[in-house]
Amino acid sequence: MKITFPHMGNTYICAKALLDDLGIEYLIPPFNSKKTLEIGTKYAPEFACLPLKINLGNFLQAYEMGADTILITGGCGPCRFGYYGEMHREILRDIGCEMDVITLEWPDKGAGEFLHRIRKLTGKLNPYRILKAVREAATTAMQADDLERLANRVRPRELQRGTTDRIYKAFLNLVKKADGSAGIKKLIRDTAGELLSIETDMDFRPLRVGIVGEIYSTIDPYTNLNISSRLGSMGIEADRRVTVSGWIIEHMIKKALRLPRDLSYADAAKPYLGAMIGGHAQETVGHTVMYARDGYDGVIQIYPLTCMPEIVAQSILPSVEKDFDIPVLTLIMDEMTGEAGYQTRLEAFGDLLKKRRERGVYGKTVALSGG
Amino acid sequence: MSITIGIPRSLYYYKFYPLWNTFFEELGAKVVVSDHTSKYILDQGVKSCVDEACLPVKIFHGHVLNLKDRVDCLFIPRFTSISKNEYICPKFGGLPDVVRNTLSGLPAVIDTEVNLRKSGKNALLAAYDAGKHFCADKRHIRKAFDKAVMCYRQYKKQLMDGKLPGDIFDKKAPKSKAHGAKPLNIAVIGHEYNLYDRYVNMNLLQKLKSSVANIITVDMLSEELINEKTRQLPKRMFWNFGRRAVGAALHLLERKDIDGVIFIMSFGCGVDSFVCDLVERRIRRESMIPFLVLTIDEHSGEAGMDTRLEAFIDMIRWRCSCENNLPAYG
Ligand code: SF4
Ligand code: SF4
Repeated sequence: MKITFPHMGNTYICAKALLDDLGIEYLIPPFNSKKTLEIGTKYAPEFACLPLKINLGNFLQAYEMGADTILITGGCGPCRFGYYGEMHREILRDIGCEMDVITLEWPDKGAGEFLHRIRKLTGKLNPYRILKAVREAATTAMQADDLERLANRVRPRELQRGTTDRIYKAFLNLVKKADGSAGIKKLIRDTAGELLSIETDMDFRPLRVGIVGEIYSTIDPYTNLNISSRLGSMGIEADRRVTVSGWIIEHMIKKALRLPRDLSYADAAKPYLGAMIGGHAQETVGHTVMYARDGYDGVIQIYPLTCMPEIVAQSILPSVEKDFDIPVLTLIMDEMTGEAGYQTRLEAFGDLLKKRRERGVYGKTVALSGG
Repeated sequence: MSITIGIPRSLYYYKFYPLWNTFFEELGAKVVVSDHTSKYILDQGVKSCVDEACLPVKIFHGHVLNLKDRVDCLFIPRFTSISKNEYICPKFGGLPDVVRNTLSGLPAVIDTEVNLRKSGKNALLAAYDAGKHFCADKRHIRKAFDKAVMCYRQYKKQLMDGKLPGDIFDKKAPKSKAHGAKPLNIAVIGHEYNLYDRYVNMNLLQKLKSSVANIITVDMLSEELINEKTRQLPKRMFWNFGRRAVGAALHLLERKDIDGVIFIMSFGCGVDSFVCDLVERRIRRESMIPFLVLTIDEHSGEAGMDTRLEAFIDMIRWRCSCENNLPAYG
């Protein structure tokens, strides 16, 4: 059995830590690329959401390289993600690609079936070792997210444009060769050291933009055409609250152990969106409110074309925009999204934020001198 | 004076109108339904919504605009779930929020949450919540609700017998012309609000009827038949519409008397993108039944649809006659 899994930003780092520590054989698909999307688009339903198409491309690329089993997480609605596994199964079957799909979720058939799936993965490993590996994988994911956040802080302040990206990109490739959670964590520490030693302009106060939206397209740099890096090189600092580790800890671990979860975003969203409707709509609305309260200069919502929960959020965001006087830009991604148009929209948004800040500062000075 | 409550003739109107109507009338309210979908209503909806919204949601907004100035309140429930362990669509769950943040100058909105995911008994809670705006007496609300449920059951039975909502609500059942040819059995799968809104589907059902077809809808199949099939799926389908559509398809493809299946798909509908694909895969894999997908959006033209429909029917007729002419040993 050779396992593979879908890419979503730095998720492969956490998956690698887990599978390495458990000693399970696996294959990381090639990084998301135009090729991946082309393959996925060819076989997926035309109107499926973009992440499904890219995932499918991942599996088929990994299949060519010898993977035979797919490991994914699941869900039970209301958004499409919960049915991804079944769609993949059907599509792969129709194109004659014999891959097994293991979905890590609480199955309808209950605990027995869940244990059966875990057994299928881990064979006769003892539960203690499994729990330890899960814990290590979760902390690895947290550290990987911290590293990405650090890169996003440094990037807009770097003196030599492109330094951060060079170091971070090298890290993403080196991780593949690191050994287990311990090896990965060491590499993360080393890379953090490198990032911290980049020469920066300490006095520069970058504009700050919050990234909200559907989880896959906000987290995966291929899908969002590297938004943090584009913003960074415009001198804008990008922040994102939805992360891989956050998802693992809040949605999987805390839910399974019935621990209280951080629901501050739900409270913030409440006046606008009164209920959990699926996907990350509540996070999108809630985080936009929170960014506004924290004094961010703007918010960018990103989602794949036809994403149901985000269309709901998009319909609501103009009210938040108005109430808090914070500009919101919505970017919708699909296989046709062109880089040039995308860059133009980002630059126009950046200019708008810059003007607003200048006006704000100007307004204050006038008020002071006129006082 | 009694309160007037507005019900948009859109989305779940087609599923629940008899229930809502009876319920509110029993509580002494005057129920006003928006006009039939028209180009004007559609355009108004399209204009007010974000481009990315699906057509049914846009049309819903058009209906709200049609009503808003002539009622005291609007009934726009938050539909999270209408069946155990199942959902509808994120857009139904967020509907009142979307409408409130999209349209201005609305009267009061009754946005009762309907969530039967954990238990069907929650329907009564929703009734109390919606009813409290009209009546303080819980027993009275309960009575109104019971009566409403009876009407709803009757309505479902009528649907099962092959009546269409248009015929039931408007009380003028159009007769299909007697024709020489042998009628075909065509199954039509799609969301109620696409299937039963004549403007949206450009009179599809009527057209099918006049090309001498018997129409079979998912509403004409019993829950038992559907569930028997969906139980065989490796993973439970968690959309109410999806379960019914897939279950119906699995049932239909085993029947010998189905001449064709048409799926009406909303352009940009997330649920349809998966459900239609699953249905198509199963039908193509496990049967020879001709299958047609009709996608509707605000730009779909009637002429184009008619051509495709005619071609589909002709193809079926041609196939039938070929099969009949085959020699018995062939
Ligand atoms: S959140 Fe959006 S993009 Fe993601 S699976 Fe759901 S519908 Fe698709
Ligand atoms: S089920 Fe589809 S058509 Fe209906 S509201 Fe949701 S996305 Fe729109």
